[in-house]
Amino acid sequence: MEGGLETELSLLASPAERRTAFRIFHRLPFRLETRKSPSKPLTDELCNEEEHNKTAETADDEKFEADDDDESRNDQRKEEAQINGQLVERTDILECAWHRRQEEADDAELQAALESEEEQERKVALGTGSASASQADLGEKIDIYGNVSKRAPNDFEHISTFTLLSVYFSWMMLLLFAYLREILKRIGIEDDKSNKERSELKDFTPLFSDFESLYQRNCYIRVRDVFERPIASVPGATVDIIDRISYDGNWTYVHPGSKTNVINIGSYNYLGFAQSSGPCANAAAESIDREGVAMCTTVHERGRSVSQHRLEKLVAEFLGVEDAICFSMGFATNSMNAPCLVDKHSLIISDQFNHASLILGCRLSGASTKVFKHNDMKSLEKILRDAIAYGNPKTHRPYKKILIIVEGIYSMEGSICNLPGIIALKKKYKAYLYLDEAHSIGAMGKSGRGVVEYWGCNPKDVDILMGTFTKSFGSSGGYIAGSKHVINHLRVSSPTGYYSSPMSPPIAQQIYTSMSIIMGRDGTTDGANRIERLARNSRYFRLKLKQMGFIVYGSDDSPVVPMITYFPAMCGYYGRQMLARGIAVVVVSFPATDMTEGRVRFCISAAHTKDMLDTILHELDVVGANMNSKFSKRAHLYKDMKIEW
Amino acid sequence: MLSSVVDSVGLWSTSLTYYIIHAILVASATYWFVKRRDSAKQQSYKLTEKQKDELIAEWEPAPLVPETPLNHPVLHPKLADSKMTKYVSIEGKEYLNMASSNFLGFIGEKRIEEVAKKTIFKYGVGSCGPRGFYGTVDVHLDLEKQLAEFMGCEEAVLYSYGFATVSSAIPAYAKRGDIIFVDKGVNFAIQTGLQASRSRIEWFEHNDMEDLERLLMAQAEKDRKDPKKALTIRRFIVVEGLYANTGDICPLPKIVEFKWKYKARVFIDESWSFGVLGKSGRGITEHYGVDVIDVDMIMASLENAVASTGGFCVGRSYVVGHQRLSGLGYCFSASLPPLLATAASEGIKMIDEEPGRLERLQRLAREAHEKLDKALQGTKFVVRAAEVSPMKHIVCEDEDRGSGESKLDSLVNTLFEKHKVMLTRARYIEKDEKFPIQPSVRFMVQSELTEDELNRAIEALRQVVCTL
Ligand SMILES: Cc1ncc(COP(=O)(O)O)c(C=O)c1O
Repeated sequence: MEGGLETELSLLASPAERRTAFRIFHRLPFRLETRKSPSKPLTDELCNEEEHNKTAETADDEKFEADDDDESRNDQRKEEAQINGQLVERTDILECAWHRRQEEADDAELQAALESEEEQERKVALGTGSASASQADLGEKIDIYGNVSKRAPNDFEHISTFTLLSVYFSWMMLLLFAYLREILKRIGIEDDKSNKERSELKDFTPLFSDFESLYQRNCYIRVRDVFERPIASVPGATVDIIDRISYDGNWTYVHPGSKTNVINIGSYNYLGFAQSSGPCANAAAESIDREGVAMCTTVHERGRSVSQHRLEKLVAEFLGVEDAICFSMGFATNSMNAPCLVDKHSLIISDQFNHASLILGCRLSGASTKVFKHNDMKSLEKILRDAIAYGNPKTHRPYKKILIIVEGIYSMEGSICNLPGIIALKKKYKAYLYLDEAHSIGAMGKSGRGVVEYWGCNPKDVDILMGTFTKSFGSSGGYIAGSKHVINHLRVSSPTGYYSSPMSPPIAQQIYTSMSIIMGRDGTTDGANRIERLARNSRYFRLKLKQMGFIVYGSDDSPVVPMITYFPAMCGYYGRQMLARGIAVVVVSFPATDMTEGRVRFCISAAHTKDMLDTILHELDVVGANMNSKFSKRAHLYKDMKIEW
Repeated sequence: MLSSVVDSVGLWSTSLTYYIIHAILVASATYWFVKRRDSAKQQSYKLTEKQKDELIAEWEPAPLVPETPLNHPVLHPKLADSKMTKYVSIEGKEYLNMASSNFLGFIGEKRIEEVAKKTIFKYGVGSCGPRGFYGTVDVHLDLEKQLAEFMGCEEAVLYSYGFATVSSAIPAYAKRGDIIFVDKGVNFAIQTGLQASRSRIEWFEHNDMEDLERLLMAQAEKDRKDPKKALTIRRFIVVEGLYANTGDICPLPKIVEFKWKYKARVFIDESWSFGVLGKSGRGITEHYGVDVIDVDMIMASLENAVASTGGFCVGRSYVVGHQRLSGLGYCFSASLPPLLATAASEGIKMIDEEPGRLERLQRLAREAHEKLDKALQGTKFVVRAAEVSPMKHIVCEDEDRGSGESKLDSLVNTLFEKHKVMLTRARYIEKDEKFPIQPSVRFMVQSELTEDELNRAIEALRQVVCTL
């Protein structure tokens, strides 16, 4: 990022001058506006703390920072204990404030913010440093996230209204043709190859709604070949895709029996543990000899196995909490356990982009559910305040408890949740926090302990730490970790323990071994190397994409890289073109994403070599240029940036 | 009050004034009324930030979870330290295992284990992706094809977890506004699916076809009155092939008859009957000789007789294919680990290749029923299940539920400690179940059990029961 700034300011000579230039940005009126954007009550608190700082209200960044410096020093001398608390809180507040950036799209704003980021970092370092020594290293030290102390902010660049309109237009055309063809089929001009209802069932109510089947028959089917591609090997850095040909518009496939080995940047294999040989595979195979493949009973009947028991202990230790409980499926972990925590007298506040399993969990729990804008602390705080103040509108009683449900990394947005902000709010409003680390556990943090470690937060501040083993650990299943108290409750009341089967031993063993490697228990640095490789790969790949002019969502530290291509037709195009060029990518469109935000998603893995990434980037560059899908208006910021792996 | 005002206004002579005043009155009355309704609908008051702060300071949330008694049995499990085969070692001692649903004795079967191991060395352990995104391994496709052929259906859809199969499949079709007719004895996975569907649920008494018909007729009556609405309502009947909670089997022929008569689609959960019922293990349809095509969808888990993990739905492509885009547990979860898919696949092959297993199982199931019946005669304990079911529920007909339960507990414990026979209480979360379930002990036979072992277990059971 520094590099981008450099070019912007190439006319300025010295760093000192550069700084001054930014001062100007900071004094612009719109800047001051946004400065106030952290939610009101938190801002109030900020002001209280700075009573002697007379400029608190206008909150000039520069001044703010300077005063912050001595203020904290003075305060420290005065009342150590009280101040410590305040500082921790303020650090959190600053984190919240910092995130407002995601809403602003224009360049000037970006630059200003980039600069302020540096300043804020220093404040963060200072705040945490004085609050607790253990968190001090979050600040100045060089860490794996790109050599700087910063945590890359989430970035959501918006496109022009014109492009947006053309996306809608292309959807309209798509649907128009879908309707047309539907008519043609009905009058028998085009033959209908879709699966038919049994003729005897004709007078039953149709099983599917019209639009649903129309969309499936005429839109999805056209790009069906880019989904559900069968593979015939381990989904590692490269994968064998089974060739298939369709002669009837994707209704049926013919398999000529050949396979193509391609680079795989679609699987959730963050740490590269999808391996068919090596310590994990060996251990898993051995465990079959020891414990068999399945248990054929439920956990509470007779099915607690030694392997699952050991795994639970290890997970708790890995995450630094008291206890953990494991389940055979990540999806069911969310959908079946959320209902054990809240009931109809409670409120769930859920992020806008939460995963389907969490949404199902909310629905099954029967609790009232409110949704806050993605990662927007202001929106979250407003909902929290109103919920507590007004209570349940249906019963006019206060809610019994409030559970905030967020994810660590959002799988479709690539953004990292603002955990410090959420923890600050959760503490302030006495709510509980459920954090789904499906994509972040193993993949984030210096030692793979997820976003909690990434932000330097205390795992004990998160009431429910949930995660899955499908991704970084190359296995299957999910866990919930937390205090003994909470886990005991889940053991006793989670339906999964009563009605479904425990983890299969080889599955549990794979996790056990891979987690031990991450923790360095095998006596090598393999785990640490994987984590570092992943961090480097992600950053490199993301910055390169941005440099090429693609719009990439999310934080530069996140291994989930959604590249927004907007148009629905791009889905099929990218999927096919990239495969033809020897790269397997994931493309997503409506209904999994917003209608206007079709995207290509890359999941970076530690198993990818730099050469592989370069190949992918090169091919993307070509395809992107062909299709004119480099929509970013910020590419010039990155133009002369030297991006090192 | 309003009308009296209007009345008195009526005395006024000039009609124009009368109209104006009337209009104002009516308008203000409406305004007042609407405003009241509106504000009742929204929040009737607005709080200032300061007031909110006060309320926030006052608010004390309930603890996230209630206290769990530390002596809860679930918290002190006995760990099995070997495979869950016919004999299982728990904390160093060996027990005769009659507590697992390993009906065909597939656990520990070398043939299956070798295949699973080979799969690990080819495909790794996890699939690292949902089916849509490179999580479809060829072994999944093979297993789907095999399942469809095995059941004689067009297509099968594979899930990675048995519980999620049933609870995702139902809401993929049944939506708000639809009606589902459900047996009161269905298992929890179905109940979860029903809840997720938000459809209207009509419960009929367990296996009571008259009750079902009564409900269907009542609905038909309603439909006749409102034929336009009836056209948009989908009707489903959801039953289990072999009921997990009671061991009964459902009267399928009657249900299929109702299907045609009342135009309701039939979904069957065959989690317990797949591989167990029918001459060749095809489940309840084969047991009754019902044409499988007359059942709209069969859902089953692979966690019982097949001794793997996961589940599947089979039926016509038109029906089950829909789940590939709208089954939540299918689309939004990683696919079944390949090694479990090949293990299941090998198991299903073995059902066909070693028909002896199924024959033995079915014979043992009947025998066990007879012998248990005899052994329990004259006691408060009764065996509940269909004769063909390899899973028997032993219930205690004590007047007092509490003492009945403790008798069941001590039955299980004494058998375990004194006789080295492992049974298990059937465990439920009582507060979450829709209907109360009679407490019971599960007694499960498997094909590899010998006559002697069965006799020993039943004799031990008889002895313990006599002392209770
Ligand atoms: C945030 C989140 N939670 C849960 C899951 C489900 O996990 P699993 O695939 O292990 O069922 C996913 C998987 O995609 C996810 O992204």
